[in-house]
Amino acid sequence: MFKLSKACEDFVGKELTRYEGKYSAIIPALFQVQKENGWVPPEAVPALSKIMGIPEAHINEVLYFYTMFNKKPVGKLHVQVCTNISCAMNGGRELADALCKNYNVTDGAMSADGKITVTRVECLGSCGTAPMMQVNDQYIENLTPELAIRKLKELGA
Amino acid sequence: MASLETKLLAEHYDKPEFQKLDGYKKHGGYAVLPKALKMEPKAIIDEVKASGLRGRGGAGFPTGMKWSFLPANGEPRYLLCNADEGEPGTFKDRLMMERAPHQLIEGMIISAFAIGSKKSYIYIRGEYDYSKAVVKAAIDEAYKAGYLGKNILGSGFDHDMDIYSGAGAYICGEETGMISSLEGLKGQPKLKPPFPAVQGYLRKPTIVNNVETLAAVKYIIRDGAAAYKKYGTEKSPGTKLFSVSGNVVKPGNYEVPLGISLKDIIFTVCGGLKPGRKLKAVIPGGSSAPVLTADEAMRATMDYECLAQMGSMLGSGAIVVIDDSNSMVDLLQVIMHFYHHESCGQCTPCREGTGWLSKILHDIASGHAESKDIDLVKKISEQMMGKTICALSDAAAMPAISFVTKFRDEFEQHLAKASTGSAVHA
Repeated sequence: MFKLSKACEDFVGKELTRYEGKYSAIIPALFQVQKENGWVPPEAVPALSKIMGIPEAHINEVLYFYTMFNKKPVGKLHVQVCTNISCAMNGGRELADALCKNYNVTDGAMSADGKITVTRVECLGSCGTAPMMQVNDQYIENLTPELAIRKLKELGA
Repeated sequence: MASLETKLLAEHYDKPEFQKLDGYKKHGGYAVLPKALKMEPKAIIDEVKASGLRGRGGAGFPTGMKWSFLPANGEPRYLLCNADEGEPGTFKDRLMMERAPHQLIEGMIISAFAIGSKKSYIYIRGEYDYSKAVVKAAIDEAYKAGYLGKNILGSGFDHDMDIYSGAGAYICGEETGMISSLEGLKGQPKLKPPFPAVQGYLRKPTIVNNVETLAAVKYIIRDGAAAYKKYGTEKSPGTKLFSVSGNVVKPGNYEVPLGISLKDIIFTVCGGLKPGRKLKAVIPGGSSAPVLTADEAMRATMDYECLAQMGSMLGSGAIVVIDDSNSMVDLLQVIMHFYHHESCGQCTPCREGTGWLSKILHDIASGHAESKDIDLVKKISEQMMGKTICALSDAAAMPAISFVTKFRDEFEQHLAKASTGSAVHA
């Protein structure tokens, strides 16, 4: 059965009083769950609801509104490739396709070994260094498919 | 030729030490704050009004006027810095937060003092992990040095500042969407009026300003409105950070005076196009801004008035330069996929309209459409304008109308080619 970690409970406790209203702690709480688990398991919602005193429905509403919360497990390396305009003009879509092909995955699906997920995403605000990808929290810019694959290999893919 | 650049906000971007308090102070940092704290708050507002500073996030609303909408009573009020940079093509605020976080913080403390706010938040888009870390560290430094907290520099003014992370939603860059998000709700915009200055965060008066706008306040107070107005044009004073991307040789962020010609930005500041390429079009203010043809782009000056007169807008200052290797059909498809993805879903014309546009443009791009579908794009777009709570619907409709109107021939040719089985976009 899913249980929030002690660290997560402590973190959420602090966030509940950090802002003017306690609802503001929902986004930070979901980020913390994701940090510890790689995604937000559905069972985390009732657990958060209980310690936060906020209805599950409201937490779900926030969880499903924002794209950065992973609603299903992602690979150890979550590779998000920007395919919006400036990246598209500089090979962002070809980069995403090349990575999917290289790791034998489809867009948004985790590789069988759990090492990697490649997802096409919208503008990441790195348009002057297109094409680029975000690997977990890190921006890696000015890429070619070859460069990207080399970088991902260094990171353990 | 670097001389076209006029570095006021970006002056010290190239110095790594500027990111930290000591380095920032070495280059004049926190020298304006004591001066501001000795001024009458109203005098600061008047100075900002006199400077003609307009919001640098996209809408271009006069900053001083926005501040003056606050109720004149002692009610608690909030300052909210919009660092949810999400307009495709824009990456200027990220750079400032990473290179010059204290400049933003100092501008914010001065602004907060002017409007009488004891609490501010910097709402940073979720993906900007490094920006969040740098800004948070800078806030901690500022607290330790006594620039934040109780009785700042002995002035009797108290101010607390914190960051808040977004979680991936373009709509949170819209000021009331941002307020909803900060309140722990879905980031859906709220109907105006009441405007945030009257009823914003937690129904308290709230001022939402962009990163670049708040940083500019520091320089306006440092040098005075008259000095600030020496940059730019009479109606569009000051400098502006432009994010240039697409098909130029040297993409990047450049600070130039408003009113500079777009031609100079592309061909002088950014080194022009790649060899053998011809200019086809330019998006002058982020993907929401109506596209300019090459001819229009060569005549445009980068100020609020000229671009408005050309039927486009300065927006966030994101210039996407498009050369003749691109298909306008393909690019509009990319743009519309984005707006469909980002519509918050609360207003029908936007939720449905962006979906239809995205689907029709995908059909056009893949060749499964007819000429009359190009008219349909225009017709749907026109029905999306001015009918929704926020401007996202308009932001999707404007590029759609401008692309299919100004590049109609290319759309027709694309469909004609598709009907004969020639290459199409997947």
